[in-house]
Amino acid sequence: MDLNDLYQEVILDHNKRPRNFHTIEGASHRADGHNPLCGDRLSLYLQVTDGNIADVAFQGAGCAISKASASLMTDAIKGQSVAAALDLFERFHRMVTTPPDQPVEGMGKLSVLAGVREFPVRVKCASLAWHTFKAALDSGGEVSTE
Amino acid sequence: MNAGAVNNPTVDVPRTALDLARIRADFPILHRQVRGRQLVYLDNAATTQKPQVVIDALTRYYTDLNANVHRGVHFLSEAATNAYEGARATVRAFFNAAHDREIIFTRNTTEGINLVAQSFARPRLQPGDDVLISAMEHHSNIVPWQMVCAEKGARLQVAPIDDRGDLVLDAFERLLSERTRLVSITHMSNAPGTVNPVGEIVRLAHARGIPVLVDGSQAAYHMPVDVRALGADFYVATGHKLYGPTGIGVLYGRAALLEEMPPFLGGGDMIASVTFERSTWNELPYKFEAGTPNIEGAIGLGTALDYITSIGFDKIVPHEQALLAYGTSMLESMPGVRLIGTARQKASVLSFVMEDVHPHDIGTIVDREGVAIRTGHHCAQPVMERFGVPATARASLAVYNTREELDALGAALRKVSEVFA
Repeated sequence: MDLNDLYQEVILDHNKRPRNFHTIEGASHRADGHNPLCGDRLSLYLQVTDGNIADVAFQGAGCAISKASASLMTDAIKGQSVAAALDLFERFHRMVTTPPDQPVEGMGKLSVLAGVREFPVRVKCASLAWHTFKAALDSGGEVSTE
Repeated sequence: MNAGAVNNPTVDVPRTALDLARIRADFPILHRQVRGRQLVYLDNAATTQKPQVVIDALTRYYTDLNANVHRGVHFLSEAATNAYEGARATVRAFFNAAHDREIIFTRNTTEGINLVAQSFARPRLQPGDDVLISAMEHHSNIVPWQMVCAEKGARLQVAPIDDRGDLVLDAFERLLSERTRLVSITHMSNAPGTVNPVGEIVRLAHARGIPVLVDGSQAAYHMPVDVRALGADFYVATGHKLYGPTGIGVLYGRAALLEEMPPFLGGGDMIASVTFERSTWNELPYKFEAGTPNIEGAIGLGTALDYITSIGFDKIVPHEQALLAYGTSMLESMPGVRLIGTARQKASVLSFVMEDVHPHDIGTIVDREGVAIRTGHHCAQPVMERFGVPATARASLAVYNTREELDALGAALRKVSEVFA
């Protein structure tokens, strides 16, 4: 496993210039995520209208993997129905937790994060944004990947 | 006195008389490969590696000596007891305590601090009393005091540190009041690497009749510790950072204080007599060692301390200080790297951050080069907050480390810069 498989160009780019990196005033859903192991923190904002994710944004500080994953996630779920986004959550979770030799299909841009499978301690970094997204939908509040 | 006094060496300090090749040969793990590369172990503040003599001592105990201590009249029980108590005598000598009974075997530093919090502080604390710590403490020297203070309505006071990571001594002194029941402070911080002026701290506290616990978890393997010269009322350390096994720690306490304290845990070995109506406590140190102790751990720790003594702090301190100076210069010369913790007196810890690269990413990349460092908050979240960083990368040194290993760290960090260029 080469380091470049983990730190792919797309990931480094989203780390440097995260998309949807702001707050949303009066968001319909909001949650904070925290990974105590490495100190990653992010706040996720959702504007859900008629079962659709009309807008999504995040703020926070963390490692390249967690930041890029959050940025890629916001791009992937923006404009999707909540049901489709939750389905993507499931498929993302499966992607980062299956053995590294399993093929990754139908994940689009998110497939760049499949490299974390080779770095077990980094799976939590990649998952933080997604768990925070689910927490925001469920109830709001704080989620921890510890 | 602590050896942090031999500080601020320049990089051109001559190579010491320490026989580094021989020392490295004593540690089998240093010769293994990780991820296809030679291991460079720079995570010693988390735990140190073990010399072969310590590994052999554990094997020998189970091969030749295994029996419970302080119980049987048979040969093996007596032999195991002698080895266990022999280790206590070694610990006493290592820290220059006056009596073997002032040495309590614990699991680790954390247990030692909890023992003092529960058996010494808890019966004494009244609502409105203070316990004073510093802003550079490990969580293990924060949380036990928060717990006991919350229960007793006491206040946990925190002496500040400055931007370099030095304790602000006059602010510390101002926080000593007639309500202060105990000072608990680290001898050496695990995150910024600061060595505290413990002798002066004890003097200031004792002038007001306040006892002092010193957390020696980080200091004890980097510098000679003389608990009587320091004047510490309690001193805690952990075996696994002293090149010994995990699960064994040491609490030194002045006998007069230990005598007054109730037991921490109840059970076997800590009693003089038991009836269902009442029990009476065994004498020191057994009053604080309930249940079958970590016999193999104590014996292994004794062997580890003998090993340190055989090298000698007169050789260890200059070697580690020269390495620290070398590593400090190297990191300071790297663009985008900022050291966290530049106290006047430091030992063996290089905490740093890199511009635009999270410490966790640094850790993953240097690990691929075979270099083991710690990344994260180092169980010292308030310290991270003080320096305004969520986490740091930390390289920490021990007696067996070399300049070549620091060069390997430097090369690995240049790789980090390349990836994140």
